[in-house]
Amino acid sequence: MYFLIAGGGKVGSNVLKTLLRLGHEVTLIEQRLDRYGRLEEDFEHQVQHGDATEIYVLERAGIARPPDLVLALTGDDEDNIVICQIARHGFGVEKVIARVNDPRNQAHFDLLGISPTVSATSSIMALIEHEVPEHDLVHLLELRGENLEIVEVQLGKDSPCAGKLVEALRLPEGSRLISVTRNGEAEIAVGSTELRPGDQVLAILRPGKEDELRRVLLKD
Amino acid sequence: MIGCGRVGSSVALRLAREDWEVTAVDEKEEALGRLGENWTGGFVVGHGMDAGVLRRAGIEEADAVVVATNGDNTNLVVAQVAQKRFDVPCVVVRILDPARAEFYARQGLHTICPTATAIDELTGAVRTHKDAEGVSA
Repeated sequence: MYFLIAGGGKVGSNVLKTLLRLGHEVTLIEQRLDRYGRLEEDFEHQVQHGDATEIYVLERAGIARPPDLVLALTGDDEDNIVICQIARHGFGVEKVIARVNDPRNQAHFDLLGISPTVSATSSIMALIEHEVPEHDLVHLLELRGENLEIVEVQLGKDSPCAGKLVEALRLPEGSRLISVTRNGEAEIAVGSTELRPGDQVLAILRPGKEDELRRVLLKD
Repeated sequence: MIGCGRVGSSVALRLAREDWEVTAVDEKEEALGRLGENWTGGFVVGHGMDAGVLRRAGIEEADAVVVATNGDNTNLVVAQVAQKRFDVPCVVVRILDPARAEFYARQGLHTICPTATAIDELTGAVRTHKDAEGVSA
């Protein structure tokens, strides 16, 4: 397969090495002259110098063939978006993978239909939430455009809401329970749904309301 | 007005003089100085990629957004966000690279490329001079 990589930092250069080891054809574009120089010593013509958001640089690197996959792995989210758009809409590249550096920019990638995306920060945060016990409230989905998020809460034995009906809870404003999963079976949460210890509860809420929700569902 | 440099500040001032209600956005607070002491419009410090900054600048009610920061790719993303996420009816974006300006114009963005204009003007000026003087090329 033919891969085109934009960005020769730690991520890009390691992906380059791995793909070459797997026997693929790869061209990497790096803008910074010092980085390009170091990579060029090892990889010669497989590394090119230039700004990968410039169409002629992409053309020189073989974007018109087109590559089976374009990987936009620079440290600039704007650049990664533009590279993916030019590849897709300008040269008919079918598959792109983009790196998201600042998780706040994820919404822009989503808006412009650039996927899949990879974000080290978001992946690490998701792992922390799963691994660290204090994170009894796990973020499942952020609906950035709507300014809402969906979280999962596991009710403990001492949960203040155990034995209560949903309608009796004093949920914070801007939050609502979606569903309750018990013994692997999910039910839509309605007023008459009774909560029990061990339930997995999905809730939708405005970002920033997590602590208030936690107080109602998890702590006194 | 996203980006309040030489171009952005002048566009902001001119539109304000024509009775537009204008808010300028720039990463640097110093950029406010370019609008002069009598500036009565809005000014928001922040990056155009930040949707919160755009909201604070009133993008949800904006009739038009002009994007002219010093980064072509930033401009391209911000303009698309204004158009597709906030449904701003008129979005105009300054792109210095003629190739990208042309490409994104085909994708439906209203791009303005001062580089392309300069190239046309400069070659045109030489042609006019040659024609007038009868200089042989």
